[in-house]
Amino acid sequence: MRPLARRIASLRVTRASRLSTPSALGLVPALTLLAMLGPVCAGLAWTVLPAFGYLPAAQFSALSLDPLRTLLDWPGLSAATRLSVTTGLLATALSLGIVVLILAGWYGTGAFRLLERLLSPLLSVPHAATAFGFAFLIAPSGWLSRLASPLTGWDRPPDLLIVQDPWGLTLTAGLVAKEVPFLLLMALAALGQTDARRRMRVAQALGYGRISGWLKTVFPAVYAQIRLPVYVVLAYSMSVVDVAMILGPSTPAPLSVQIVHWMGDPDLTRRLTAAAAALLQGALVLAALVLWRGSEAAVARLGIVWIERGSRGHALDPVLRPAGLGLGLLAAFAVLAGLAGLAVWSFAGFWAFPDALPQTFDMRSWSRHLPGILSASVTTALIAGFATALALILVLGCLESEYRSGRSLNRRGLWLIYLPLLVPQTAFLPGLQTLLLSLGADRAIWAVVLAHLVFVLPYVFLSLGDPWRAWDRRNGTVAAALGTSPWGVLWRVRLPMLLRPILTTAAVAFAVSVGQYLPTLLVGGGRVPTLTTEAVALASGGDRRAIGVYGVAQTLAVLGPFILALALPALVYRNRRGLHG
Amino acid sequence: MAEALILHDIRITRGGAPLLRIDHSIAPGAVLTVMGPSGVGKSTLLSYVAGTLAPEFEASGMVCLGSTDITALPPARRRIGILFQDDLLFPHLSVGANLAFGLRAGGSVAFRRDRIAMALADIELEGYGDRDPATLSGGQKARVALMRMLLSEPRALLLDEAFSGLDVSLRRQIRTLVFDRARKMALPVLMVTHDPEDAAAAGGAVEHLTAVGQGL
Amino acid sequence: MTRLAITPFLIAALLAPFPALADDPDPADWNAVVEQAQGQTVYWHAWGGSTATNDFIAWIGEQVAAQGVTLEHVKLADTADAVTRVLNERQAGQDDDGAVDLIWINGENFAALKQADLLFGPFAEHLPNWQYVDTANEVLQTDFTVPTDGYESPWALAQVVFMYDTADMEPQPSAQAILDWAQANPGRFTYPQPPDFLGSTFVKQMLIELVKDGAVLGKPVVEAEYADVTEPLWDYLDALTPVLWRSGAAYPASGPAQFQLITDNEIDLAISLSPGEASTAIANLQLPDTVRTFVLENGTIGNASFVAIPYNSGSKAAAMVVADTLLSPEAQVRAQDPAILGYGTVLDLDKLPTADRAAFEALDLGIATLGPEELGTALPEPHGSWMTRITEDWVRRYGAGQ
Repeated sequence: MRPLARRIASLRVTRASRLSTPSALGLVPALTLLAMLGPVCAGLAWTVLPAFGYLPAAQFSALSLDPLRTLLDWPGLSAATRLSVTTGLLATALSLGIVVLILAGWYGTGAFRLLERLLSPLLSVPHAATAFGFAFLIAPSGWLSRLASPLTGWDRPPDLLIVQDPWGLTLTAGLVAKEVPFLLLMALAALGQTDARRRMRVAQALGYGRISGWLKTVFPAVYAQIRLPVYVVLAYSMSVVDVAMILGPSTPAPLSVQIVHWMGDPDLTRRLTAAAAALLQGALVLAALVLWRGSEAAVARLGIVWIERGSRGHALDPVLRPAGLGLGLLAAFAVLAGLAGLAVWSFAGFWAFPDALPQTFDMRSWSRHLPGILSASVTTALIAGFATALALILVLGCLESEYRSGRSLNRRGLWLIYLPLLVPQTAFLPGLQTLLLSLGADRAIWAVVLAHLVFVLPYVFLSLGDPWRAWDRRNGTVAAALGTSPWGVLWRVRLPMLLRPILTTAAVAFAVSVGQYLPTLLVGGGRVPTLTTEAVALASGGDRRAIGVYGVAQTLAVLGPFILALALPALVYRNRRGLHG
Repeated sequence: MAEALILHDIRITRGGAPLLRIDHSIAPGAVLTVMGPSGVGKSTLLSYVAGTLAPEFEASGMVCLGSTDITALPPARRRIGILFQDDLLFPHLSVGANLAFGLRAGGSVAFRRDRIAMALADIELEGYGDRDPATLSGGQKARVALMRMLLSEPRALLLDEAFSGLDVSLRRQIRTLVFDRARKMALPVLMVTHDPEDAAAAGGAVEHLTAVGQGL
Repeated sequence: MTRLAITPFLIAALLAPFPALADDPDPADWNAVVEQAQGQTVYWHAWGGSTATNDFIAWIGEQVAAQGVTLEHVKLADTADAVTRVLNERQAGQDDDGAVDLIWINGENFAALKQADLLFGPFAEHLPNWQYVDTANEVLQTDFTVPTDGYESPWALAQVVFMYDTADMEPQPSAQAILDWAQANPGRFTYPQPPDFLGSTFVKQMLIELVKDGAVLGKPVVEAEYADVTEPLWDYLDALTPVLWRSGAAYPASGPAQFQLITDNEIDLAISLSPGEASTAIANLQLPDTVRTFVLENGTIGNASFVAIPYNSGSKAAAMVVADTLLSPEAQVRAQDPAILGYGTVLDLDKLPTADRAAFEALDLGIATLGPEELGTALPEPHGSWMTRITEDWVRRYGAGQ
């Protein structure tokens, strides 16, 4: 050995790994965490304080239990609370049940591929548009009732309480139609990480039926992976505002809607009540999550008993398979037919019950609303564009920093990513508005962008994390061995190879931003009108034509980026087979 | 200009538990074959030499090219070429662009284009420059991957099960090609394999790694 | 436009020192106002639930654009949102360039802002088009018994009318007749859910109909008498609610939301605060052409819609230009045209130049709009505190699932 080497070797220096240590990149995860959790924590703090009477901006500085007392005095409290809990639990259980039935009964079949193809469009329809469409579909004066009128002989709609029923069943159904595609997508991603096919092959070789075999061998692994998304659905369904305003009851309204009403009351003491109610909402969601978690354990125990009994469950398949497919198609139908209803209304002339179609079609509604739609679209696109770009930069920075440091995301990190989706919007957004207001920073478009970022970031993480980590690291090693710097590897190899998932993620991020109602309304203070806030504002006027126009515009605003995300890589890489599929 | 690849008293541990230890010098044009059961840390050794060791490992010892200690250099500046079991051609680039990615920077556009054309001719793929790498056969891909690596003018070569993905006849052919080129360019080669035939074909020293840290 | 309780913070707002507002425009110097308005943007916070109104506001935007002013309509679900905003800004110390430059306002919201001294003015009587305003009309001088004092400028007259489908029913002369009809035809009547302004107005209209001594309504609520005075109202609503649409378990969210219910033949009777609204909706294909309107025999409530400028607007001059444009004969004739808006004009036609008067006289008020004689004299609004109290009570009794 040469002398130099020997001399150095004699020092016996222990070295850590020799990866380049980037400085700015190392800050990105911290910055991302701040962007995601800062507003949530600040908002929660400014919810808790007013709930106990402390709101110095409005000259309330004495701590007291009065806000809680006022809340408890509200005669609608028990009904509103019950609604929040039953809607959330029922919608979550139904959505999960339908997803499980579809996957257990149909995964890998042609029918499943059909449903899978419907997934993206179903996911991209914003919640508010879905709710409008659904309301028109099933109302006593709705499309189904009109189509049925030749048989029923109805010349006026039956006086039935379907939409806005006091039990929130319509609200629940509307939520299920929207949450099934979400959970299905999440479960599909999870299935990719389990050896579902082999498990099923073993189960079927042992004589198990399709559904019972799937439930016994694959479901536990899949559920472990989609547990957090299920919690998100639960928290969301319990605290949703826009869908509840459209489909939910009003005498009284669900707790989340009532919070928003109180927030908007000119009497500032109502803000304290709103804060107390927001606190209650947070506690309810927490309690429901604990309850759900407890039921998981109970279901698991029952499942073990069921598995140990060894029943092959052949009787289940003929009943549950059609049920699963039927319910899945029904959910898809509810969204798509509702959307079609909105489209028809947007071109409708005079259209009275019981006509199945308008007497005439015209462009009046479109030409009338076009200026408003154009300006709202610009604002919407601006906000969504910035939020998407920021989220992509931050998440790519986090993932790259994770890649370079070799430390991957642990369980706790995953919980942090999901946190903004688990804390009900109504629990922290009112506080955030109060905070921004006292900073004089509300109604600024950048504040809205930052508020959207809170909700966009988790989805970008979830959507991009898997394909990013699934990228073969050896590509990076090869490129580095060819003399490429870490940034060169990122720009010249990794990003181009991951163009498709990155664009899909961007489309998801855009869609999430477009669909935001409450953050835009509260943080934007009304000066930042987006397609969604305009559409929900129009809902109070009940003008189905206007709602139709805005609902369609809202859907297009989301669908457009999705189409681009599919078309662009196909075009750029039309001669690169290795990047397809 | 050819220099030896020196692995001086390298010890790799994981969470304090010893994983492997090696001390060897590979002369220019010679091949060191490292064999051992899977999980023994063969690929970990290669990643230490290449500079991409994952942070859950701790390592001591030096990697030198001749008298130059490259242990602290980032991977991109070590000039150590590596071939994996898969060709790992970049799917978003054409065959020619993959080679251009490897070719050391510098030179006029025309010069670089000529070099690529020559390199393609060298591996009997004339006129394949604009092809999508996904449309090549397994043997063609392996040759492009080798040529891409050689064009970067490496000073040593790492082979990580580089031939195990190929079927038997192709395997012999590519193996011969790689060893010939390495010998011609006087590159020290560190090969990790579980196939004794690879070791026999290499004809150099063979180091057998044994399971967890005995002998330390 | 919901209730607004006078809370401690409001008093604090009164006591807090105001910053000097030296650069406020002088309404009396109109040329300077117009000059200062150049390039300013007015954020007009106005209820956005009615397509017809939104279109009219967009048209106003085009008119003021010609005068160098940009108008942005901030569409509110509830006017109280804008009032809240101004109050919040006052509390947060944001005393210039606030979010709100102009509010569509009246009643309690106006009273609250005026009392807290959060309005710019007086300015209304300095607007050039004020010369045409029907100043003799009591409704334009006092707003829910509060004198306007030039702190808000009127732009439309409203009066309660009932829209009904002639294919299904006859006009009803009184509250009692409406109840009788509803009991004979259950499920065919509803009203917007208070605290929606129109819904509260319906309850108020019924209170006026049913109260024993109407004089008490002109004065603030006296708690000791409140239960007695309103007892007939609650008896009435207790009888009415079970025969309402959806048995009173659901209500339309706003006035225009009733249109679809009539068109779909779900209901036959609905309330409106705009005598021309039904004709406009027929023209827009939102109502069947069999709809007509009626007023109660003892008269119905009338009031005016105003615009006011918050103290912290950064575009006061431009806001005045908008207010003045709203009073222009062109805008007023457009607002009264049932094909467009169908609102009552606040101008005195006798004061107008001949050509403008002719434009008004040439208007076809629409098939469903009552003439001035049929409308009769509008009843004055009760004191604002009544609306606040009965709305709160309504929500407690019928809006909370009890």
